[in-house]
Amino acid sequence: MTSLHTLRRKAVNAVMLSLTGLCTFAAAGTLVFILGYLFVHGAKDLSLDFFTKLPTPVGETGGGMANAIVGSAKLLLIAMLVGVPIGFLGGVYLAEFGGATFSFLVRYVTDLLNGVPSIVIGIFAYTLIVLPQKHFSTIAGGLALGVMMIPIAVRSTEEFLRAVPASLREGAMALGASRTKSILTVVIPAAKNGIMTGIMLNLARVAGETAPLLFTSFSNRFWSPGWEQPTAALPVMIFTYAISPYEDWHQQAWAAGFVLLMLVLSVNIIARLLLAKRKHVAR
Amino acid sequence: MQASAPKSQMELTMPTPTNSSALGASEGTSASTIKLSATDLNFHYGSFQALHGISMKIYANRVTAFIGPSGCGKSTFLRTLNRLNEAVRNTRVDGTVLLDGQDIHDIEVSELRRRVGMVFQRSNPFPKSIFENVAYGLRINGMASNRARLREAVEQSLRRAALWDEVKDKLNQSAYGLSGGQQQRLCIARALAVNPEVLLLDEPCSALDPIATAKIEDLIFQLKDSCTIVIVTHNMQQAARVADFTGFFLLGRLIEFDGTTVIFKNPAKKETEDYVTGRFG
Ligand SMILES: Nc1ncnc2c1ncn2[C@@H]1O[C@H](COP(=O)(O)OP(=O)(O)O)[C@@H](O)[C@H]1O
Ligand SMILES: [Mg+2]
Repeated sequence: MTSLHTLRRKAVNAVMLSLTGLCTFAAAGTLVFILGYLFVHGAKDLSLDFFTKLPTPVGETGGGMANAIVGSAKLLLIAMLVGVPIGFLGGVYLAEFGGATFSFLVRYVTDLLNGVPSIVIGIFAYTLIVLPQKHFSTIAGGLALGVMMIPIAVRSTEEFLRAVPASLREGAMALGASRTKSILTVVIPAAKNGIMTGIMLNLARVAGETAPLLFTSFSNRFWSPGWEQPTAALPVMIFTYAISPYEDWHQQAWAAGFVLLMLVLSVNIIARLLLAKRKHVAR
Repeated sequence: MQASAPKSQMELTMPTPTNSSALGASEGTSASTIKLSATDLNFHYGSFQALHGISMKIYANRVTAFIGPSGCGKSTFLRTLNRLNEAVRNTRVDGTVLLDGQDIHDIEVSELRRRVGMVFQRSNPFPKSIFENVAYGLRINGMASNRARLREAVEQSLRRAALWDEVKDKLNQSAYGLSGGQQQRLCIARALAVNPEVLLLDEPCSALDPIATAKIEDLIFQLKDSCTIVIVTHNMQQAARVADFTGFFLLGRLIEFDGTTVIFKNPAKKETEDYVTGRFG
């Protein structure tokens, strides 16, 4: 009786172990497969030209995506200017000042916003900027990405501020600091690394967004001189090049995918290192 | 009803200069100078009353210790003295506390907290350098007129906290690199930097080893000249060693307050005797 029980338990254990193991393997394997595939297809066509030249017209070989790299950087800069201040201040408010009911509402709304499909946010920027101006622009694309950053920026800022021990706030107040002053001089500096990590991960997340750019910053075969013109961006280039019928464009799309992945990956790793350092300091 | 019991008790046994001179603690007239006095202090956390009619006088340049089982309201009382409990939501205080005869609620709160410094049970240095930790209070109170003056004040505070020799070569390193005892003395230095008149110590040694504890006790003796010290401790030997006066708290009430020797050798109340002799359940 007992041995039957033990047997059963062991069997269940073995099944669970292999099942969970298999799923873990599948998850990790997929990532490794994507990385490997991108590396094989993308890295081999990567040359200096990719980073320095404009795309060539159909039929001509060579060329690069310099304009898309710069375009992505400009879009992310605008996204940061929009998303970081709003997200950061919102997070500070929620963590430090918000009353229970209002905070609950704000949290609920940010969660909702986080769940809104990115293409819908694209439509929002389209309606807000592109339609009145009657042309696509870098600003519109950057705004769409910035709005996408807000919910996570709010929540990650809030979480990292909440993680600052109450004893530090009290320590500052016991020395005569007002609440606001203790937040500015002790709490935010203590959470700084965490908040910055959150922003970097957030930025890496929107860097690969394609849908909201399609009808905001659109695309551009040439350099985009300012902020008012449409601009090329890496994810949109990948999309356009990958669905084209031309073999050499496919190669370029792989190379662009590889570059984008490397950028996102390195931002991720830097951010994690920053966070690890923070944990070390705060014990 | 019961709230008035400790109060009348206290009036009867209010220590006189003779009491404290018996401790060898008093020379001259400062023994009778009252630095802080609480009258009929009640404190509520929401609907829970944590302090019941506390009345007590704290004498200038003396060490006053609070003892009592945990949860009896020692920290709560300490934190009403610098109004730190105001920051806790949903709390209510009534009764009066006078600092040098002035109601602490009439003193601007940041001014009050500069004059009444506090050191916590768990050391809580800021995630900044050793130097910046000590300079913090000076900076936020606008007491750092120039760089040289600031350095001087930081050095002096670290010396007063008997920490200078250990940290003088690493002032710009993170405070988290220090040992537990050093961190606690850093917190004392940080509190001393703004020249407080009163120093509230809430179980400052509870997380420290005996050697670090002895250092802090030495420090308390030295600081007495310049500060009035109030210390919460659950270590009765510590109270007996450092304090001139001792108050015994039980369930939010001040049961007895007197010269330390009286409390430990000849307490008036049975509860006090049970507690100091370790017979308390
Ligand atoms: N922030 C708080 N909210 C509600 N109750 C509290 C709070 N802080 C302390 N208390 C309660 O008040 C009583 C006294 O606590 P405290 O002053 O910390 O005691 P002590 O320092 O003597 O151990 C305890 O019963 C405790 O549970
Ligand atoms: Mg306590």
